[in-house]
Amino acid sequence: MQKRFAFKLIAACALAASALTGFAQQTVKIAGIVELSGPGTTSGTFFNNGAMLAVKEINAAGGILGKKIDYSSNDTQSNPGVAKGLTQKAVDQDVFAIFGPVFSGSIMVSMAESRRAEIPNFTGGEAASITQQGNPYIFRTSFTQDTAMPKVARYMSDTMKLKTIAIIYVNNDFGKGGLDSVKKALAPSATKVLGEISTDSGQIDFSAAVLKAKQLNPDGIFAYTNEEESARLLRELRKQGWTKPVVGETTLTGQKVIELAGEAANGAIGHVGLTVDAPLPAVRAFRAKYEKEYKTISDHNGMKGYSGMYILKAAIEKAGKFDRKAVANAMHTLKVTAAQQPGVLMDVTFNEKGDLDRDSFIVEVKNGKQEVTAVVPPLGAK
Amino acid sequence: MTDFLQLFFSGLSTGAIYALAALGFTLLWQASGTINFAQGEFVMLPAFMMLAFMNMGAPILVSFALSVVLAVIVLGWLFKRGLVDPLFKYGMMPIVVATIGLSIAMRNGVRAGFSAEAHPFPSLFPDKLFNIAGVTITMADLGTFAFALVLVLITQAFIAKTVTGRAMQAVAQNTESASVLGINVPRMIFYTFAINAVLAVAAAMLVTPTYLAKFDMGESLGTKAFFAAIIGGFNNSRGALLGGLIVGVCENLAAAYISPAYKDAVALVIFMVVILFKPQGLLGKKVERKV
Repeated sequence: MQKRFAFKLIAACALAASALTGFAQQTVKIAGIVELSGPGTTSGTFFNNGAMLAVKEINAAGGILGKKIDYSSNDTQSNPGVAKGLTQKAVDQDVFAIFGPVFSGSIMVSMAESRRAEIPNFTGGEAASITQQGNPYIFRTSFTQDTAMPKVARYMSDTMKLKTIAIIYVNNDFGKGGLDSVKKALAPSATKVLGEISTDSGQIDFSAAVLKAKQLNPDGIFAYTNEEESARLLRELRKQGWTKPVVGETTLTGQKVIELAGEAANGAIGHVGLTVDAPLPAVRAFRAKYEKEYKTISDHNGMKGYSGMYILKAAIEKAGKFDRKAVANAMHTLKVTAAQQPGVLMDVTFNEKGDLDRDSFIVEVKNGKQEVTAVVPPLGAK
Repeated sequence: MTDFLQLFFSGLSTGAIYALAALGFTLLWQASGTINFAQGEFVMLPAFMMLAFMNMGAPILVSFALSVVLAVIVLGWLFKRGLVDPLFKYGMMPIVVATIGLSIAMRNGVRAGFSAEAHPFPSLFPDKLFNIAGVTITMADLGTFAFALVLVLITQAFIAKTVTGRAMQAVAQNTESASVLGINVPRMIFYTFAINAVLAVAAAMLVTPTYLAKFDMGESLGTKAFFAAIIGGFNNSRGALLGGLIVGVCENLAAAYISPAYKDAVALVIFMVVILFKPQGLLGKKVERKV
């Protein structure tokens, strides 16, 4: 009797183990390591939501090469140390790829772990230095500052004809990287930088920063801070009666910034790599799907997470197998068109550093909405 | 000079908000010898209460009134009965530790319920600018300062001039003697907690349009208010007002004339200087040690 019971138990365990193995073979693990709290909450949440939406669609359509994606979200608390720990945990869990962190300061720290384990790591960080270190496993979901800043610098100088500007930036890896890039891009132009005003991540009161900018009396302000701080800065600029142009990058004119800043966001001009208001069919479809899923309009971070997941899918399909090294190799020469793979949203190319190039847009906030005023071609097209 | 005045007035408005939160520290200290390290979260929670009522369609003032009732129940009665009363007999330290735990729980609770993103919050005051001799002041700045000032003065007057207020002070000074005199001690202590809750809702209404409604908005506010309370004098309500205004104005001036990078250190530096030279705070009274 006992023997029969033991036999049944062993048989049941074997069956369960084989079922689990079979299940594991049908999925590919991807870890989202994102800012779900702390100063990066807005960016991280949108990025994570975008990635999850793409996973849902890809799984519903049969997965990648027949495997469904098993995606997990992990909160870095906007803390580089936590991000590094979570990346190590993801490595231990043998994930196939990692999405995030979004903040440059965090990815700079955490990518050493994914590189050591040779795991493709997609980041939303824009600091130029991220891909300048020769890491073959790091890939962007948005422009590097070295791609974006020449575009916005050219716009300020050639189109807006600003003779002088003051730069208000956030004093972290993201902000300092942007400051260096925009100064480098503006150096040969007719636009002169009168002053650089540093602010803190999570700063509440911008009255001193705005006052300093006003004292310099520039033709315009270039603002480069994270979303919540951008909203506070715009409100302070309006409060202190600033009427000249305020130009920035994606983080100045995002949907969340408009929502938080209200009236004060009107008139802000931004160069954006991605916008849900882009007059492109794939982007419009994404906007509608995101809004239906999350009851809010996505910002550029949602598009980064979403298109990033489809870019990974395209790379795996190009490699033809679930081999991390082969997928990373495929990424370095990847060219995907939105016609072939609508989820990538726009035609995109990757270079040997992991940087991407594609169309971008100049937007202006009018009546509480982003309006695309110009399409800027890829830098490589010039 | 215009720039200085601009920074000064802007700082007064921020300082008035610190003062409201700081007043919560001093009130609880005077009434029950307790330091509430969840004071910042006591401002954060009413902000989300008001947001919830406004999302249901209530105007801001109605939301404020409803939140006052809710806050008196949750942050006054429940806080006292659920946390302070059971721990009171073990001394101050367990209460301090418990309030630190409470602040973490409140932050994470709101984060789970409302998401970790910042939410816009309407201002009580119209979006109007005044330009006086080159200094731009908003209606929100003026209103915030005036509203906070009035609230602090009313609280001060209530405590100093009314029978109930005096009874509250008597309880704070000597619980046993107050009890012998026929004062209902638990009720007086509850009044203090209730007033603190009302002030927290008022602070939330004033501060949230700038801070934005976010689960961690109370962190820096609580710290600044704590420093402000010590700078002004922990056992003096007017000290909370003075401390708040000093921190608010000095922060702004330091950010402009030294560097924005040092702005958050200003409160700490003033705090250190004050406790070195006047440990009881600028307006605080020396308290004799009971043996």
